[in-house]
Amino acid sequence: MIVSENWLREWIDLKLDIDGLVDCLTMSGLEVDSVQPAGSTMDQVVVGKITDVQKHPQASRLKVCQVDVGEKRTLEVVCGASNARIDLHAPLAVVGATLPSGTTIKQSVIRGVASNGMLCSARELGLGDDAEGLLELGADAKPGQSVHDYLDLSDNVITIDLTPNRGDCLSILGVARELSVLTGAKLKLKDVADWPAESDTVIPISIESPERCPRYVGRVITGIDLSVSTPCWMRERLRRCGVRPINPVVDVTNYVMLELGQPMHAFDENRLHGGIIVRVSQAGETITLLDESSHSLDAETLVIADDSGAIALAGIMGGSGSAISEHTDSIVLESAFFSPTTQAGRARHYGLHTDSSYRFERGVDPELPVIASHYATTLLKDIVGGTPGPVVEVVHEECLPKRQPVVVRYDRINKLLGVRIPKSKVNNILSRVGSKVDKSDASWKLTPPSFRFDIDRECDLIEEIARVNGYDELPAHNLQMDVTHLHMPEEKLELVRVRQALVDRDYREVVTYSFVDPEIQQRLEPNNLGIPLANPLASNLSVMRVSLWPGLLHVLRANLNRQHRRIRLFEVGKTFHQTGEHINEVERLGGVVIGSAWPEQWGQADREVDFFDVKSDLEALFALTGAKGDFSFHELEQPSLHPGQSAEIQHKSADCAIGRLGRLHPEHQEALEFTQPVYLFELDLSVLRDRKMPVYRGISRFPAIRRDLAVLVDEAVSADELLKSIENTVGADLTNLELFDVYRREGVDSKRKSLAFSLTLQATSRTLIDSEVDSIIDRTLDELRRRFGAELRT
Amino acid sequence: MNKLPTQELEHLVDKIRLAVEDSNELGSLDKLRVEYLGKKGVLTQQLKRVGSLPSDQRPAFGLAVNEAKQQVEHLIEARKEILTDRSISQQLQSEKIDITLPGRGNHLGGLHPLTRTMNRLVEIFQRMGFAVADGPEIEDDFHNFEALNIPPNHPARAMHDTFYVGDNMLLRTHTSPVQIRYMREHEPPIKVIAPGRVYRCDSDQTHTPMFHQIEGLAVDRDVSFADLKGVLTGFLRAFFETDLEVRLRPSYFPFTEPSAEVDISCVFCEGKGCRVCKQTGWLEVLGSGMVHPEVYRHVGIDSEKYTGYAFGLGVERLTMLRYGVDDLRLFFENDLSFLRQF
Repeated sequence: MIVSENWLREWIDLKLDIDGLVDCLTMSGLEVDSVQPAGSTMDQVVVGKITDVQKHPQASRLKVCQVDVGEKRTLEVVCGASNARIDLHAPLAVVGATLPSGTTIKQSVIRGVASNGMLCSARELGLGDDAEGLLELGADAKPGQSVHDYLDLSDNVITIDLTPNRGDCLSILGVARELSVLTGAKLKLKDVADWPAESDTVIPISIESPERCPRYVGRVITGIDLSVSTPCWMRERLRRCGVRPINPVVDVTNYVMLELGQPMHAFDENRLHGGIIVRVSQAGETITLLDESSHSLDAETLVIADDSGAIALAGIMGGSGSAISEHTDSIVLESAFFSPTTQAGRARHYGLHTDSSYRFERGVDPELPVIASHYATTLLKDIVGGTPGPVVEVVHEECLPKRQPVVVRYDRINKLLGVRIPKSKVNNILSRVGSKVDKSDASWKLTPPSFRFDIDRECDLIEEIARVNGYDELPAHNLQMDVTHLHMPEEKLELVRVRQALVDRDYREVVTYSFVDPEIQQRLEPNNLGIPLANPLASNLSVMRVSLWPGLLHVLRANLNRQHRRIRLFEVGKTFHQTGEHINEVERLGGVVIGSAWPEQWGQADREVDFFDVKSDLEALFALTGAKGDFSFHELEQPSLHPGQSAEIQHKSADCAIGRLGRLHPEHQEALEFTQPVYLFELDLSVLRDRKMPVYRGISRFPAIRRDLAVLVDEAVSADELLKSIENTVGADLTNLELFDVYRREGVDSKRKSLAFSLTLQATSRTLIDSEVDSIIDRTLDELRRRFGAELRT
Repeated sequence: MNKLPTQELEHLVDKIRLAVEDSNELGSLDKLRVEYLGKKGVLTQQLKRVGSLPSDQRPAFGLAVNEAKQQVEHLIEARKEILTDRSISQQLQSEKIDITLPGRGNHLGGLHPLTRTMNRLVEIFQRMGFAVADGPEIEDDFHNFEALNIPPNHPARAMHDTFYVGDNMLLRTHTSPVQIRYMREHEPPIKVIAPGRVYRCDSDQTHTPMFHQIEGLAVDRDVSFADLKGVLTGFLRAFFETDLEVRLRPSYFPFTEPSAEVDISCVFCEGKGCRVCKQTGWLEVLGSGMVHPEVYRHVGIDSEKYTGYAFGLGVERLTMLRYGVDDLRLFFENDLSFLRQF
């Protein structure tokens, strides 16, 4: 909503200056977005009256004008505008004037003729986009008068961000009314007198859908003269409020809408067939609108129709077939009340959004149509003349919105606001908000005015009281807390800690969109396509992710393109899975790693990161649960990962895999143009939510003995099997077991590998003697021989 | 044998002294010790001469030999100390490193700035006694709109450009649906926040199709607008670590009434007016209000018995203000040059 300050002040006697006005609006919920001067200062741009126009002797497109600038001075000015004509009042920038563009006007000679200034278009004065011809000022403009003064440019254009509940403020009158409630200043209601009928010409009106249109007002005006143009002052006001002037009839309907809040429409009477019917559309019915767009209607759109069919989308836009044109000499003025509940969403349904639909959806005062009709007539008579017929009003009172009295209890006000506002103050505020207020001991009963669609229950009135009173005036209470003894859950593993562990291991956290490129997702997860968005912003953001990898790989790519080389990223977020009708959201932790194992540094050989580097990062996360042993890695084959370098992660408590780790399949690596191996991991966070409470077990005070054991086994034997077997065979005295070497001897036996373990043995109740240890090692070796064909490496 | 044995002894000690002082290594010094003081050493041998001396000279000579031995022991000890010191200092000299060389090992990564802010916010509210709740990101129309008093075609829906995934399912446009879910499952007193991702079908310089909010909700027998004002003022001051001005301004949200936008005095110009606050001195940071009776009706809470407030804040906005980030889109580009600054 854009209002002109001067126009607003015509409606209310405000003591506030512009800053006070802006503050008052903003602090009452009518947030002022900006305040702009209505026009730039334009020194030495004066009203000029053209007294003579001659063709330029040297240039066919130019004219030589004699311009009266008052005080009996006439200047000769060369001008190219097509509308330069005798008696036209137009702005003249005299020599020395500076235009808003920065141009300074100099005395010049144009093709041999002296020019003592420049006649200006609206655009040249920074007053809109119109550069077609000279800005036409009214005949009342006095030659020599400052154009700035004539156009009343000492004005501010105030843009207000209105919330959807305040449709009543979508007009100059509405904002003035609101300011009156807020400040107590008196409204200067304009005396909009009835304009009596001058003929009997009427148009029949029938309303077939009274619940959608309880009131329709039509008036015929015949014999209008559309060869005239809209007066300068009106065009200037429209411009300031962001409305483009079109022709006097349309301009007047817009002017009335801006000033009173009643959207209006005018039909060319000669182009109507029969009377006006307000009805619901038939499915498939078509209409071409003023903007030349064609629409096929559904069966629940209110239309204005005549015998030929729909001629307007009610309250949205008129049809082109009955539009006002330069030949129009007779019009039907429409002002109606269309119900906000049934208008809601209709314009959007057809991809339309107009000043009219915007207002009707939010609620237009149902008492306004007749007044607006008279006001528009008054304005039109002045501009285009004509003979108005009687105002025809069809109304279905029973369908008009009823303002029910609303009760507000004094106790409730205090309870909700946390403060006792004096009763007299409440009384004062309520009597400003509603004209009819009944007061009892502990409550008030108020009937909201017809234009307020947002007051129908107690809390609405409490808000009014708080708002008019001023939120700043309300107290703030310090935080009240129950001092209850809460448990400190130690068995909960905080996500903050999990994230921090990765940060400590040199990972950067990223946040990527939950919707991804279906192409990359399908490449990685061909069997799991993800939930598509019905209305995506772009095709590469059109499917909900089923894995964090598409997003991570996208970020990886972008950072490689920005010349980063060693990249380690992780993300925490949800993935989305659909099974039949059911949508499942899983919170996950995913990561991607590329480049060197270590940051570039001295004294450490550079090598590429590998599977085990990343595995150790995950093992560190598992260790946070205090039950690292509950997690295990198993071979995995799946389309996204290298079949020989990928693992599925399982957890004791889950019957399916809880994560994956591996190297991006070389095929994808190549397709996605990564020149180095990429490692990826992903975990369900549900298994990282809990951690084990430590339980003290006692410390052995007897010496520990370390023995190393190196065995040769077939390549197919996994380290995990050997470790488990050693653990089981040795039993409780094994306090630590490490695999410290993996060795493959060239040329000896390519199918075998050597694994070396260190065993730390310690008993809790005595010192182990050498012979005991020897026998434990022998037993272990026997077991490894028996189960895995292991041989001792010497 | 024209010299007296004691004189000979003195002469010997002098000779030894020279030898010891000439010795430059602990090894050769030890050899000298063996040579002079060892079982077969020169001085030890002197004792054997005692027997061949006249008996009146024997005690004196014996004494003299022992004195000479002690003297030599001292000489060697003293020399040893010097040589040891010298050797340690040589070792230390040779082991000197350039301590300004950078340390080895892994570097430290970092949290995303939004997580950083989110963690701070959650912690502040937890200290204020709020529990943390979560809800689905793919929501139904009922929880995202209807139960929040936004019926179909309500003009407020136009402010929520919604992504749809099916007839009735959508990506939540705010964290407010968690209010509904939480109130349906919990009896008052309720004091909860719900952080998370939200989505709007909008993308330009100041909008990204995904962003983060934290929803807050408190419902109890006597929760008032004054409590809301107090909690938000406290939280904003805790977050920005300064006693900034907080003002509440009437606004409209279908699910609260009275509703308020919350402004803080500009953190860049301290309210004097700058480019960031558009010369107003104020920055809008969150929306809030008293829970609307219509919302209580949808969740089955008696609005006569209970009152409460709700608020929703934008995590990106607070992060930008906190760290001076001037482009929202940077958060989702994830450029390492950006992330490394946090």
